[in-house]
Amino acid sequence: MVMQDLYGEFAEYKDKPLLSLACTQKGAKLVEDYMENNSFVQVHEWIPKVNKQPGLDIKAMPYYIFRNYDYPDYLAKASKEAKEELLLSTRLAIRELLEKNDQGYAFSFWPDVLTLKEIGDPRDIATYFGLWNDSGELLAKNIVVQCRQNTNYEIVRYAAHPFFIQGYTLCANGENTFYTKNKEFQKSLNKGYIGFESDSQNFLYTLHYVLHELKWPIKYYKHVITPLQFEELENRPDQAALQAIRQSLGHLEINGPNTIIGMLPDNSMMTCCDSKKLRPVVVGGDEETIAISSEVCGLNVILPDRDKTKDIYPNEREVVVINEELEVQRWKQ
Amino acid sequence: METMRTQEVTVNDLPWKIEHSTIRCTMCGSCVAACTFNAIEAKMERRSVTISTGHQPEPMQQHKAIPVILQKNSIAHACVGCGMCEKICPNKAIKPVRNLDSRYNVLARSGGTTIKRGGRNNLIQERTLDKIVVGRISQMTDPSLDAERHVFDILAPFGRVLPANKLPFAQENGELRLTAQTPPVNWIYPLIFSDMSIGALSTRAWEAIALAVGYLNEKHHLPVRMSSGEGGMPVNLMKSDFLKYTMIQIASGHFGWNRIVRAMPHMNVDPAGIIIKIGQGAKPGDGGLLPAAKVAEHVQAIRGVPKADLMSPPNHQGLYSIEESVQKMFMSMNAAFKFRVPVAIKCAASATSVSVYNNLLRDPYLICGGFFIDGIQGGTGAANEVSLDHTGHPIVSKTRECYLAAVKQGLQGQIPLWAGGGVGLTGNAAADAFKMICLGANGVFLGKLLIQLCGCVGNEHGRCNACSTGHCPTGICTQDPRLVKRLDIDKAAQNIVDYTLAFDMEMRKLMAPVGNSTLPVGRSDALVTTDRAIAEKLGIQYAC
Repeated sequence: MVMQDLYGEFAEYKDKPLLSLACTQKGAKLVEDYMENNSFVQVHEWIPKVNKQPGLDIKAMPYYIFRNYDYPDYLAKASKEAKEELLLSTRLAIRELLEKNDQGYAFSFWPDVLTLKEIGDPRDIATYFGLWNDSGELLAKNIVVQCRQNTNYEIVRYAAHPFFIQGYTLCANGENTFYTKNKEFQKSLNKGYIGFESDSQNFLYTLHYVLHELKWPIKYYKHVITPLQFEELENRPDQAALQAIRQSLGHLEINGPNTIIGMLPDNSMMTCCDSKKLRPVVVGGDEETIAISSEVCGLNVILPDRDKTKDIYPNEREVVVINEELEVQRWKQ
Repeated sequence: METMRTQEVTVNDLPWKIEHSTIRCTMCGSCVAACTFNAIEAKMERRSVTISTGHQPEPMQQHKAIPVILQKNSIAHACVGCGMCEKICPNKAIKPVRNLDSRYNVLARSGGTTIKRGGRNNLIQERTLDKIVVGRISQMTDPSLDAERHVFDILAPFGRVLPANKLPFAQENGELRLTAQTPPVNWIYPLIFSDMSIGALSTRAWEAIALAVGYLNEKHHLPVRMSSGEGGMPVNLMKSDFLKYTMIQIASGHFGWNRIVRAMPHMNVDPAGIIIKIGQGAKPGDGGLLPAAKVAEHVQAIRGVPKADLMSPPNHQGLYSIEESVQKMFMSMNAAFKFRVPVAIKCAASATSVSVYNNLLRDPYLICGGFFIDGIQGGTGAANEVSLDHTGHPIVSKTRECYLAAVKQGLQGQIPLWAGGGVGLTGNAAADAFKMICLGANGVFLGKLLIQLCGCVGNEHGRCNACSTGHCPTGICTQDPRLVKRLDIDKAAQNIVDYTLAFDMEMRKLMAPVGNSTLPVGRSDALVTTDRAIAEKLGIQYAC
């Protein structure tokens, strides 16, 4: 689960980068030392009170730590880019540190973003962390949650959706059979494009590359991952740009079937599908909540009273974006 | 009794022996007329025959002089096994038979001349591609596609592709707009009909290929392109709209370029591309070779040369480094067509191909539009046999290495990789092409298969391969006006068209099970091999 635009426990620290860790005691010490050595000052810490009742299906780590830090002093006047770069490097360094010593996992390090991942029965995981209680500690306006990870390969925490990099969160339903070619290309695009424990990480890295690195408008994401066929391109007024994109980023084309659900730094959420082999996705909501769900039964559980006639089932060429004001935009590629 | 002359050449020393049955032969003379190598002749032989002509058997033995077809005892007129005699014989009375005891290689260098021939490498019979299969089949969660009904985008780039962060985009109202010219990139069919010149081929064979290309484009909308080869092009074709389907080649001899340059102001459309040929897989390090026997009047006219052996130098003049080639050749070729036509380079596969590719990838002018690597199993119209059989480099691992070198730098796809030299050697070009694409090629080129579709009977077991002699029995690789008429242009073009359409369907039949509607360039995870060494070298899954 990734939560963004946090309230409750973290309401006062929205601009302070929040580190989400699952680790051993030794791991916690390693991270503490690292952060201290690198001039990060801890300003807040929340450690969930866990419910260790017998019979829960969960492979729990010893510690779950959520800490807000102040940026090092030397970055006081640094640009947004420099700060973002430091947060990424720090998360990667912590991840490497923990991985090398097999002492835990670092999922995200970003202001106003919290990540919690664990292996087991999703209901029991929620019980363990007290997510069923309405205690008001963990509150967020935007939540991306997935209750099933890749079951095809080894079960590892880093392979569990959603994935996160520099303010971009993504989870997916389905698979990406252009994994190898995506991965081989992405590896050289950004030092943060690592892991590749799941073929769905490709979707996130491309989202980040198109929006954050190339700074292209969001509509071009769809043109990168599922480019229009050449025949269709010929009749488009923007053919020149689209063809240039298709040929330059051919190695980022994905191949389904899959559906993607993304959360962006500006608190909007989006969804789109592979262009030829769909996985289901539906968008529905009421006055207060809008949700994107990979199956309609999910919507029916959390929003049973919504106007179902307004549900949106995006097609293979469609992108749906929900902005912070809960306005829903949909457009065709 | 004569003295035994053991050093004299006899039929038993030759690679092929003619089996002739006097009982079946009607002495029509067709075989002698059809044999372009002058390997057989009609002669009288005194033989013992037993005949019986009455109603009851009354056998009588006689010695009679009877006409027979005899093979010549001559290296110069050695039978090449083309089988034209067998093909034309109305009575199945004659055929060439391979002679396992041939001493040809020992005898054919008399006078200090090297053995020359056309065709392909005859030594390497093992094929890596045949030990690889498409092993990643989509089932269950990722369903296969329907090869018959799904729409596939089977196209490959030809031209210099810019990295995304170098695209000259400006943003206006949420739209990206190109603000400057980018290098030209043509999306073409991933199968290029490769460089066979007018000269190496008869005009009729070249025309058959050009005709097939035109038909595939105009009627079937398959954007197949052909390369002119180093021998110029007919001026009428250069002035026609069909030029857009042709890539013009320039090689070290620059043959035909006087006419090409003079035709430029009259061109209505741009050619599909320019290919600078540095080397070819069949005879790396050697220039083109057109023996005088094939330099007919029209070849002299197109190339602007006298009747003589036309030997292109092994190197382009004034070229001593890749950097210089980039600067001089690419620049001038790009400039000639005002940077509207992609310019690619063709090299023989070599232990150094990766360095060359790296160098081109890093060239700051971004003007190399394609890297063609030609493997040892590539064909040729004429070469020294020692080059054909003993020099060169296998194409599969070399293509893979080039691709992975680009991957390492994040530059894959920027200079499209085209692989050839043995593609389609077994007649199954689509399977070869698909596997090469999964290993990192953007597309493939092939030549030999085309002339086989025109009727060439040569193979990798020493059959015919007489492309260098001017005596091609099928009218494909000769300029002899009597022989070229043997080639039915329309039939040859039709065969090429049919084969290409089947190739296209077979590509779908391979893309569908792996679930891809676009070419899976670099999708090595789709392949498995039953050979551990191949798995390790190519970085694909081993299976047994």
